[in-house]
Amino acid sequence: MRFQLIGVNHKSAPVEVRERLAIPESRLPEACKLLAQQPGVEEAMILCTCNRVEVLAHTNNGVADLRGFLHSYFQLAPEELEKHLYEYREEDAVRHVFRVAASLDSMVVGEPQILGQVKEAYATARAVGTVRNQLDQLVTRAFAVAKRVRTETAVGSSSVSIASVAVELAKKIFGNLSGKSVYLIGAGKMSELAARHLLAHGCGSIFVANRTYDRAVHLADKFHGQAIRFEDLYSTCDRADIVITSTGAPHAIFRREHGEQFLSKRRNRPMFFIDIAVPRDVDPAMNKLDGIFVYDIDDLQQAVASHVSDRRKEAERAEAIVNLEVERFQARLQTLDVVPTIVSLQDHLETIRQAEIDRVRGRLGHLTPDQEMAVEAMTRGIVNKIMHTPISALKTAARDPEATTVIELVRRLFNLHEKRAKSGGSGEGQ
Amino acid sequence: MSLLWLRVALGCYGVGLLYAIFALTRTSDTFNKTALHAAYLGMVFQLVSLVEGVFLSGHITLALVHNSESLLAFLIMTVFMITYLVYKTTSPGIIVFPLVFLLTFLGASRDQPFVLMSPDMRKGWLAAHIGLIFMGYAALILSFCASVLYLLQQRSLKAKRPEEGILSHLPALEEIDEIGYRALLIGFPFMTLGLIAGSVVAQSKFGYVDFSDPKILLSMLMYAVYVVMVCTRWIAGWRGRKAALLASVTFAIAVFTWVANYWSKTHGFVAS
Repeated sequence: MRFQLIGVNHKSAPVEVRERLAIPESRLPEACKLLAQQPGVEEAMILCTCNRVEVLAHTNNGVADLRGFLHSYFQLAPEELEKHLYEYREEDAVRHVFRVAASLDSMVVGEPQILGQVKEAYATARAVGTVRNQLDQLVTRAFAVAKRVRTETAVGSSSVSIASVAVELAKKIFGNLSGKSVYLIGAGKMSELAARHLLAHGCGSIFVANRTYDRAVHLADKFHGQAIRFEDLYSTCDRADIVITSTGAPHAIFRREHGEQFLSKRRNRPMFFIDIAVPRDVDPAMNKLDGIFVYDIDDLQQAVASHVSDRRKEAERAEAIVNLEVERFQARLQTLDVVPTIVSLQDHLETIRQAEIDRVRGRLGHLTPDQEMAVEAMTRGIVNKIMHTPISALKTAARDPEATTVIELVRRLFNLHEKRAKSGGSGEGQ
Repeated sequence: MSLLWLRVALGCYGVGLLYAIFALTRTSDTFNKTALHAAYLGMVFQLVSLVEGVFLSGHITLALVHNSESLLAFLIMTVFMITYLVYKTTSPGIIVFPLVFLLTFLGASRDQPFVLMSPDMRKGWLAAHIGLIFMGYAALILSFCASVLYLLQQRSLKAKRPEEGILSHLPALEEIDEIGYRALLIGFPFMTLGLIAGSVVAQSKFGYVDFSDPKILLSMLMYAVYVVMVCTRWIAGWRGRKAALLASVTFAIAVFTWVANYWSKTHGFVAS
């Protein structure tokens, strides 16, 4: 195998570099074709997401100039790019592709989008014919590895950001979020993000309150919600199932009695308070009320932390799966490497056997069917016995890094040179 | 033979019982599925046993009374399975499985009780009385399960600790609430009609309803608490601790009502 991969990701390059390397979807097929035309490149594929740009190739000599391609395609000076680039070859390239597809190399380990992005990149390259035999095997295997990692480990099952933890908790309380309403009090990046996540997960309506009414109106416009005057906060808050609060108030704005009031208006339907403010906006005593759940920033962060450590444990298991799969993939490719030699060896000896039978047939005179069969069986037996040792040696060698030496030796011994080229050619075309 | 099928069913429910015990500490999808399949099988065997009982006794009412524990277990499992089909949760199993196991065990392990029946009894009404009341019981038990699960889920959410074991697989709080409320609402007409059918039977047999009978007394008390439960929920939207407390009281009275068979004259299940 001669796989080569070069690229940048969120770890190796800042977003300013990554955005300069972004290839729009519409130009991806043409880029794949250009890459495949590079000297030495036999098959090629480009993966371009917001966190990574990677160029994967199968080459005929293992040393194609992929860097040169990047420099010329993006018209960047080598020194601009060099320090951000990573390059993997052979086994390391296989491992990297498996890790990327399994979302182990992602910014948020285990996030599921990356697999879809790899699948899209694969489909694009396949459509323009730059992915054929070797890359096809590699990438489809990577899909299988990703699936295995997802089903056998819990790496993709829990979320890590505060906003998604908030969504997860809301789902634990309300189940389906569709039709639930959100109350956003105060402004702030994190609270807006949480609101956006909740809306994306089905929450229906949103109310926005702010001490400055204009800001509430502005924010409400952004979310297609309803702005509420701050003085109407307590009389309207019971309408919301989820309250996200992040005001700069020095004291709690929600106290136990407010909670009791909301609950009686809501006929005890549960309410979820996400308190992102420091100092806190919600009195912790409110959490003691039946049906009210208060999570402050520390609670949320704790939930995130427990998920991260869970995920780290699971990621280790996932890495073990990837390593095992890399070994298997290599073994399989090497077995494929020896198959043409075994076939041509069998062909070669069979030709000799047939020729020898034809040669002596005249001298043997008329043979009865039984005698014919006996001659067939004897000659076949001889050929099989002769072939047994070299074939077993080839099969053993397939699992060995020195396989090529053994293949070469067998080919020389049996004079298989011409057939090799032929079968090798047909192998590539398959 | 019907006892044999019942014992096979008991074996299947045993798997469910193990699930209930282990689910408290850890969960596994495979175990979950195994318990569900075992429960399906158990239900099939139990149904065979019940049907065979009907054929053997030659009368549906007699068979129902003879196999009352088994019938109740079967109905509880039916309600549990319907809940599973609608809400895709096996969590009520942690209470349902042990209870069904116990009821089936009672049915499978003792000699069948003898029932005194006067030939002029209105057997159709009696069958309706038993069937309806049992269905009401099954719904009540599910509602009780939901209350307990609601409390567990509420406690875990309030404690803000990472969920472990069964708690991580509990349905959402509002879903549990809905299961409990629906079970309550569905059980209510069954219970009401069952009691009406019972009074019709009593009227026709004795000419009056004997309120001094412990079972009848407890039944009325249970019904009263049931009505309170439905009302508080419907009108005041009681949930959580208060609702769970009421459900537990109703459940406890229901258990006593069941046990009261052994002291009740009109429900003479005692071997004589």
